Amino acid sequence: MGMTNSSILKSFREIMEIVQKSDLTINIMEVCGTHTMALFEHGIRSLLPQNINLISGPGCPVCVTGEEIMVEAFELLEKHNVTLFTFGDMLKVPGEGRTLSILKAQGFSVKVAYSPRNAIEFAEKNPNIEVVFFGAGFETTAPALGATILEAYTKKLKNFSMFLAVKTVPPALGFLVEHNSLIDGFILPGHVSAVIGAKAFRFITENYQIPAAVTGFTAEELLLGISLVVKSILKKEPSYYNAYPHVVREQGNVEAQRIIEEVFEKGDANWRGIGNIPLSGLFIRERYSQYDARKKYGLREKPPIVPRGCKCGEIMLGRMLPPECPLFAKGCTPEKPVGACMVSSEGSCAAYYKYGRR
Amino acid sequence: MCLAVAGKIEKIEGDIGVVDLGGVRQPVSLIMVPEAKEGDYVLIHTGYAVEIISEEAYQETVELLKELRWE
Repeated sequence: MGMTNSSILKSFREIMEIVQKSDLTINIMEVCGTHTMALFEHGIRSLLPQNINLISGPGCPVCVTGEEIMVEAFELLEKHNVTLFTFGDMLKVPGEGRTLSILKAQGFSVKVAYSPRNAIEFAEKNPNIEVVFFGAGFETTAPALGATILEAYTKKLKNFSMFLAVKTVPPALGFLVEHNSLIDGFILPGHVSAVIGAKAFRFITENYQIPAAVTGFTAEELLLGISLVVKSILKKEPSYYNAYPHVVREQGNVEAQRIIEEVFEKGDANWRGIGNIPLSGLFIRERYSQYDARKKYGLREKPPIVPRGCKCGEIMLGRMLPPECPLFAKGCTPEKPVGACMVSSEGSCAAYYKYGRR
Repeated sequence: MCLAVAGKIEKIEGDIGVVDLGGVRQPVSLIMVPEAKEGDYVLIHTGYAVEIISEEAYQETVELLKELRWE
């Protein structure tokens, strides 16, 4: 890649100069929370002319997990006395004023896992303890969660189940372009695409004529993705690019897709602050229902809980920037977050809070 | 949350690969990349390799650079 870096930067600068001299305002949405952080970390926002706005999309699983999901997770601990494993990001997500972190401090068994397989290993070693893995994520994480359920099924584990909050990105982007006409181009999530393939997002350009690029996470990869999308906007020729070809195939990882298809079925899901998006959630199929914590413990689905004054939804739809929220940096900070966009290190509010203005 | 890291497979035993992550050796499930071989670089997320990284496909990035030339 070393050879190409200087030419990427050169092209990027040329294109940005053209934008700067134009009277256009260009809105580009980076969908993925990992991109949001990388753009700040590499200082790329500061390289962009004033008339390019980077808008952060709904691409952080923590941020789109509703409070009602957290309340259900608390119920697993308080009513059913399970040992709950989850990814570290979930510990500070509020649900009716409480968090898993607070419950852990009160003595409930909450454990942070690097991999869902950690929960399987623990369940095997402790057959008398009921173990639940609380899995939130997008398509990058879905096959890992599915493979873990298949492993439990093969091993006939009795004391393991999964509490799932998995969502899929393409339906959310479809919803977004239907509800926000301001977006001129998309930087698409590289690792989600590695699983589902570059093909999965082509509809954005084919059906809506919006330029888009599947993009990686290094500074060079981000500059390449942004340059391709901006050039396509300037030329008024909407094009679709896989700008992360060494990781993302057109068809994606077929084996990972097979695991998703085997274990999960599609259903409607509530995106925090946005609302219900049809067929945007993954749920455990009947065949594996013994590993579905919702069924195993008879959890009743709760209606969505939205904290007062929180503008997470507007922000994730790209209609509002974090500093425009009345709570930003006042009633809502990373230490005392009101909304999930401030909780997650990948949330756009947290990123703005940490890195400041643009 | 979709953060993934690249690592080189040093050894394969069944479905599990031992991957060198910056000097730390980690077991990684290879169940989603059945064609992975020792020496391959894989993209790792939550203890599973989700994709093999293709050295050859870097060439396609060079092709994309041609797209960027302003004419």
